[in-house]
Amino acid sequence: MDISKIDQIIDKHDGEASSLIQILLDIQSEHNWLPKEALKRVSEKLQVPMSRIQHIATFYKAFSLVPKGRHQVHVCMGTACHVRGAQRVLDTVQEVTGVKSGETDSDLKFSVETVNCLGCCALGPVMEVDGKHHGNIAPSQIASVLNNCE
Amino acid sequence: MSEINLQIDGKEVVATEGMTILDAAKSVGISIPTLCHHEKLEPYGGCRICTVEVEVRGWPKLVAGCIYPVEKGLVVRTRTEKVDKIRKVLLEEMLAHAPDSEELKALAQEYGADRDRFEKHPSFCIHCGLCVRYCAEIKKKNAVGFVDRGSNREISFIPEIAAKECWDCKECFPLCPTSALQAAYVLAGALMTPPEEAHSGGCGCSCSCGSAPEKQAG
Amino acid sequence: MTRLNSPEKLECARKDIVSRIDPTKPCISVCAGAGCLASGAAEVIAAFKTELDFHGLTTEVNTKGTGCPGFCERGPIVMIYPEGICYLKVKPEDVPEIVSHTIKEKKVVDRLLYEDPATGTRALRESDIPFYKNQQRNILSENIRLDSKSMDDYLAIGGYSALSKVLFQMTPEEVMGEIKKSNLRGRGGGGFPAWRKWEESRNAPDPIKYVIVNADEGDPGAFMDRALIEGNPHSILEGLIIGAYAVGAHEGFIYVRQEYPLAVENINLAIRQASERGFVGKDILGSGFDFTVKVHMGAGAFVCGESSALMTALEGRAGEPRPKYIHTAVKGVWDHPSVLNNVETWANVPQIINKGADWFTSFGTAGSTGTKIFSLVGKITNTGLVEVPMGVTLRDIITKVGGGIPGGKKFKAVQTGGPSGGCIPEAQLDLPVDFDELTKAGSMMGSGGMIVMDEDTCMVDIARYFIDFLKDESCGKCTPCREGIRQMLAVLTRITAGKGKEGDIELLEELAESMGAALCALGKSAPNPVLSTIRYFRDEYEAHIRDKKCPALSCKEMIAFHIDPAKCKACGSCFRQCPAEAIHGGKKLIHIIDQEKCTKCGTCLDVCPSRFGAVRKISGEPVPAPVPEDKRAIA
Ligand SMILES: Cc1cc2nc3c(=O)[nH]c(=O)nc-3n(C[C@H](O)[C@H](O)[C@H](O)COP(=O)(O)O)c2cc1C
Ligand code: SF4
Ligand code: SF4
Ligand code: SF4
Ligand code: FES
Ligand code: FES
Ligand code: FES
Repeated sequence: MDISKIDQIIDKHDGEASSLIQILLDIQSEHNWLPKEALKRVSEKLQVPMSRIQHIATFYKAFSLVPKGRHQVHVCMGTACHVRGAQRVLDTVQEVTGVKSGETDSDLKFSVETVNCLGCCALGPVMEVDGKHHGNIAPSQIASVLNNCE
Repeated sequence: MSEINLQIDGKEVVATEGMTILDAAKSVGISIPTLCHHEKLEPYGGCRICTVEVEVRGWPKLVAGCIYPVEKGLVVRTRTEKVDKIRKVLLEEMLAHAPDSEELKALAQEYGADRDRFEKHPSFCIHCGLCVRYCAEIKKKNAVGFVDRGSNREISFIPEIAAKECWDCKECFPLCPTSALQAAYVLAGALMTPPEEAHSGGCGCSCSCGSAPEKQAG
Repeated sequence: MTRLNSPEKLECARKDIVSRIDPTKPCISVCAGAGCLASGAAEVIAAFKTELDFHGLTTEVNTKGTGCPGFCERGPIVMIYPEGICYLKVKPEDVPEIVSHTIKEKKVVDRLLYEDPATGTRALRESDIPFYKNQQRNILSENIRLDSKSMDDYLAIGGYSALSKVLFQMTPEEVMGEIKKSNLRGRGGGGFPAWRKWEESRNAPDPIKYVIVNADEGDPGAFMDRALIEGNPHSILEGLIIGAYAVGAHEGFIYVRQEYPLAVENINLAIRQASERGFVGKDILGSGFDFTVKVHMGAGAFVCGESSALMTALEGRAGEPRPKYIHTAVKGVWDHPSVLNNVETWANVPQIINKGADWFTSFGTAGSTGTKIFSLVGKITNTGLVEVPMGVTLRDIITKVGGGIPGGKKFKAVQTGGPSGGCIPEAQLDLPVDFDELTKAGSMMGSGGMIVMDEDTCMVDIARYFIDFLKDESCGKCTPCREGIRQMLAVLTRITAGKGKEGDIELLEELAESMGAALCALGKSAPNPVLSTIRYFRDEYEAHIRDKKCPALSCKEMIAFHIDPAKCKACGSCFRQCPAEAIHGGKKLIHIIDQEKCTKCGTCLDVCPSRFGAVRKISGEPVPAPVPEDKRAIA
């Protein structure tokens, strides 16, 4: 991991402790997870105790303390999607990828995650793969979408 | 400081500004149970065992006695049927985690709480936060903190800091209402495992996956 | 870009922009909101660009990506101006036809118009579509008129004139007076009058004050804030600056959830544009008033929508609520007075200033003025965003705007207010929708999520769904919420698994009472979905507990699939498609489901041809014994 990249992110936020969450979000999007060295660096530079960083990193859903897969599959479990069969979508995604929600496979291909509403409720059930939304997704279409992922 | 008149359980009480209901009650010998409150620490309001009923503009409201500031003309009731019922449920919920805590058992007796009402989740910790706050606010070491949220919330030591600081301190142990055992146990777990291996996930903290005894066992 | 340093300069700039707009010039507006993008709007826009280029029309026809008009289900939505033709569900393949027919020959492509499902008549314009016709779109209607990334578009429709008016013609007290007169109540949750918070903050002696936009939109199933901040970010910003002026704040925050990347992008862009032209920063429009604003991305936590938790998060901490015995309006972010309002609340402010409080109060009811946007989703024909005057009945929203329940199913309940709200049954459908009436019915307005449920939705399962949601979303700080939710979930899970016990309903009620002692509104209101379903659908709870039956045939552990031997025609569809290989097939043999192997996925029911309709879902009764081998042959 490149510590100078972390420093750049911290500098971008003027090294302010109040920007801690924004800094961690930037690191998360840069690395796809929060490596330990990065957190140590943030703790030193912002003068924020590690216990607080640890709380934040585990409190907010956007953060991960383990590396994520190359492809991120998000299944919406919001109310609108729930009443339109989100559970069946999730079941199918887990079956196709062999990855349980909240987990990543050993060769880091897929991470599967449930989310609470992506704001496309009118298209429910919704699945998001690498930032692209798939609305009104039927369980039978899922395999073909996911098989397109390298 | 200005004087504030209020009524607690029918008694007229004269309090001063900045006092909480708990302080005011104590001054007239009315005791309100507390678990997460500590005089030296910042107000927290986590355990809610100190819940009392107050009347605000004629409306009854449930508030935490340990943090609610006294107001002129406030009417406080510390032992209504509703308050007692709530305290009983809260105790039963906490006893599912720490069935052998002496402090909880004593309160359970008073409120008729059934220790075995809910299925046991013996994690021992009732999340009063005394250890976390004491370490942060008084010792300024931050060796222990909370991780996660909701029903997955736990306390966890930072092994690197705990290894350096805790053996000679241990001041938080006696604060723990579920007996210091738990804190000591978690701490020991964190210390016995070298920091690099303490965590399978890679964050290096001792959070659940690495050191919490009940997780290791299962 | 030069900063505009007087109201006159602003009006000049506006005139200049307007003069450059030719109202007769064809314009193709494609909704570029998150919903339509999910349905392929980006590809449609690209196709229009290529096609116009091919016809050499690039300079003669404008194209723009607009905000969400609310009918997301029928997206991508394309509007053709000046005629105002509205095409729905447009695909890139349709684009050549639209360009050659509509743009070049001024002919309408019929098949892309809205078709009334009952009469088959087609609607040419937005205003002819029943979904839109029965709305009062004071706020949402601007979305489709704007390129969401263009400040000029916002200026062209009068943007920032309210700010200019406030700064030069009104004192902060007058602004406050107008808002007070409008009786604008918060659109994000409790319906608290906006002016009260503003006044409390203004009167607080601390000179450092903040104004904040709550764009956390945590209610799963609500997306009006997304549509507003994505589609018309300048209107939110303008409202916020006006609020800052009234309150006397010089710094603001916009808290947006990171799950809305486009909203984050558009609001950041809007702030940059506004700073360049002098609507944000020092000496705004030459008035001497300074205001800066920062965007803070939420990192995924429902509880951070709660005001004190949001403020804790702004300080860079885990978003735990704090006791609010002193209002955040007096002691908020870093203990300074902080006014927090919802996106939609702020969006109303410029309109109230421009058109006056009297105009605003001409919509809605006496206690709940103005319009409200609802996100009408679930088992409803027209899903999407709906803006109606407060006080309209639920029935009107569901039948007139929403077009009723699809698939000939029967309406069962509508859930409002998200995880803090409740379910409202058929018998209450004539309830006028306003803050107070919904609360009386045991639900609440919340942010305006409206999830329609039909006979196939199990009310116990819905209660379980919300409690399960909150189990992970509660911050876990206080006992009644953390433990109360844990225990409620255990009870509801066992009821929906067919293991409910007598006394479970009473236990839920007792737990609910104890949650009244929770620290914040998340925990205090968490029992609402449970209590409201017990109140209106107690019989469903009892059926689960006593008869081990799920009347909606929805709880997986209480249902079974069965093939009616008298109806099965041995077509083999179910046999081939059952993923669990649980069906015994065979040529001309009655098909049989092996109950041991069946995973209850429901595929057989979906695929059995409707003319046979042989597969049945059953609950609360024993599965009939399979047909003996020697009786399976179909004559
Ligand atoms: C658990 C919880 C979640 C909330 N989430 C939101 C939210 O996502 N957006 C919002 O505007 N208000 C939310 N609120 C309401 C806010 O606390 C606050 O009342 C509101 O933002 C104030 O703005 P308003 O008066 O304009 O509605 C939530 C409240 C609670 C208790
Ligand atoms: S370990 Fe003990 S002191 Fe620390 S939070 Fe848990 S119960 Fe409280
Ligand atoms: S009520 Fe729930 S969300 Fe609110 S402070 Fe307590 S635990 Fe946290
Ligand atoms: S799909 Fe229906 S008709 Fe066909 S074999 Fe199965 S149960 Fe029989
Ligand atoms: S509920 Fe799934 S996108 Fe909103
Ligand atoms: S003692 Fe008051 S909340 Fe714990
Ligand atoms: S996103 Fe296009 S209509 Fe809503």
